[in-house]
Amino acid sequence: MTTVSDVCRHVRSKNAGPFWVTFDLFFDGEENFAKYAQSPALGPQLFERLFGADPAYVQHYPVPSLNLVKISYARDTPQGGRVERDMHRGQQYVRLLNVELD
Amino acid sequence: MKSGPIKILVPVGSLGAGVREEELSYGLAQGAHAIATDAGSTDSGAAYLALGKSKNNRGSIKRDLALLMQAGAEAGIPVIVGTCGQAGGDLNLDWTKDIALEIAGELGLTPKIALLYSEQDKAVLKAKNAAGKIKPLPPLGPLDDATIDVCDHIVAAMGPEPYIAALQAGADLILGGRTTDTAVIGCFALMQGAHAGATWHAAKVAECGAQCTADTGEGAGVLISIGQDGFEVEPLSVANRCTPHSVSAHMLYENSNPFRLTEPGGVLDVTEASYTALDDRTVRVTGSRWEPAPYTMKLEGAATGQFQTVMLIGIQDPDVLSRLDEFHDKLLYALNQRVHRTIGEAAGDFHISLRIYGWNAVTGDQPPPETPPPREVGVLFVATAETQAMATQIANACNPYFFHFPLLRDKELPSYGFPFTPAEIERGPIYEFKLNHVVEVDDPMELVRTSWIDLSKGSQA
Repeated sequence: MTTVSDVCRHVRSKNAGPFWVTFDLFFDGEENFAKYAQSPALGPQLFERLFGADPAYVQHYPVPSLNLVKISYARDTPQGGRVERDMHRGQQYVRLLNVELD
Repeated sequence: MKSGPIKILVPVGSLGAGVREEELSYGLAQGAHAIATDAGSTDSGAAYLALGKSKNNRGSIKRDLALLMQAGAEAGIPVIVGTCGQAGGDLNLDWTKDIALEIAGELGLTPKIALLYSEQDKAVLKAKNAAGKIKPLPPLGPLDDATIDVCDHIVAAMGPEPYIAALQAGADLILGGRTTDTAVIGCFALMQGAHAGATWHAAKVAECGAQCTADTGEGAGVLISIGQDGFEVEPLSVANRCTPHSVSAHMLYENSNPFRLTEPGGVLDVTEASYTALDDRTVRVTGSRWEPAPYTMKLEGAATGQFQTVMLIGIQDPDVLSRLDEFHDKLLYALNQRVHRTIGEAAGDFHISLRIYGWNAVTGDQPPPETPPPREVGVLFVATAETQAMATQIANACNPYFFHFPLLRDKELPSYGFPFTPAEIERGPIYEFKLNHVVEVDDPMELVRTSWIDLSKGSQA
């Protein structure tokens, strides 16, 4: 069983404007990037399940030159609303670390 | 275009974050043609636009701006600051203008100052909307007048054109309202005819100062040199370096799309960009493309929402810690019931949330079943209601339950650790961004107002 943290040297999350959140998954090399960049386990349904994202607003960008996958989704609640817990969304990446890729 | 590349000194990621004098000296010695930085962002939330207040302390802004104004005057080059006062509203800009005038007086400087205002009149925006000139960006839908009305302040993000006009009119210091970070940093080079793709890409790389360097803790700024077919970037700190990786990775930062960045008059596309190390601290980038597009300005609107009152307790009770999710659910239910029973309809549209720090406060999700109990947790109670008085009334009504809620009914009444008296803290209102739309304009200057203060003439024009 391989998890995101097994094959990434760094994972981060951040707001991208008030309405979007973006995740950067820096894979540990070309091999794992090639193997997992398009993994269905990192598909829109994951972000729906973990973050309540609308799958129609989940974007997925492989960046081969950096062995990186960027995934962005539209927030379900606006930044700073009454249930805000993480204004920059900077801690949300932690929930990706244990996601099983195969 | 001037002979040779256009060199822009970007002293810091955001004005007030700490300009370093030795870095300014280094950049000027390299022959910088202009100093440019932004002074804000939407990152820290909507409060700064809604209130017209800066996030940064006045003293830190004054310190940084004084260093830049002094350096600009000595080198005879323009100083360009965008998104003044964190949000770039008129109040934010005027606050910054007053600081600049104070600095000029104290240092005996006499710059010609251009003030670029981009706060928007609601009636103008409603007319634009009625004419079909305002388009939503996902995930929001079409704009209605009620949403415009609910905003305290609305700004439109400027492109480089108002800055170029001000530079051409002889501005020594430009203080801009809300502007795209890249337009602030790229305007001078665009005016000089530098390669558009290279300029926009260089500006994006430099917009957070030393964030694009290998050691982001070393130094504050970078120098970009933009030529006819590419650009170079190096840190202003001689102890730091840029690498192809550090520079290319910065395009990802706070950006939902790693390859394309939409700007007022087009799109920067870096899909074909190539990054090479020129020496051990300088990176050269080529292949950046600029695709012109119909001119649009992004709108940002901030509104004041409901009010919050908070309370905090600490818990070390092992029984509670071993059953935190159950405790949370029971307590939350009891608090809501308490409000319904004691305040009733008068509570209006209220909301209570409990965030258990040390367990799951940052996400609110349920930890896996085998997660061991923590040694202690802090529980933040947040009541949200239509008025501050009602939020506090709700907190007061919940106070005895929140501080003494037993996990099991037959247990003796516990007392959890609360650190303050009075226990409740009035936090003020929520601030939210309400707009994620662009407005189409016929002319980049259409929604921008420029005013001048020419201190060299000792008068205000």
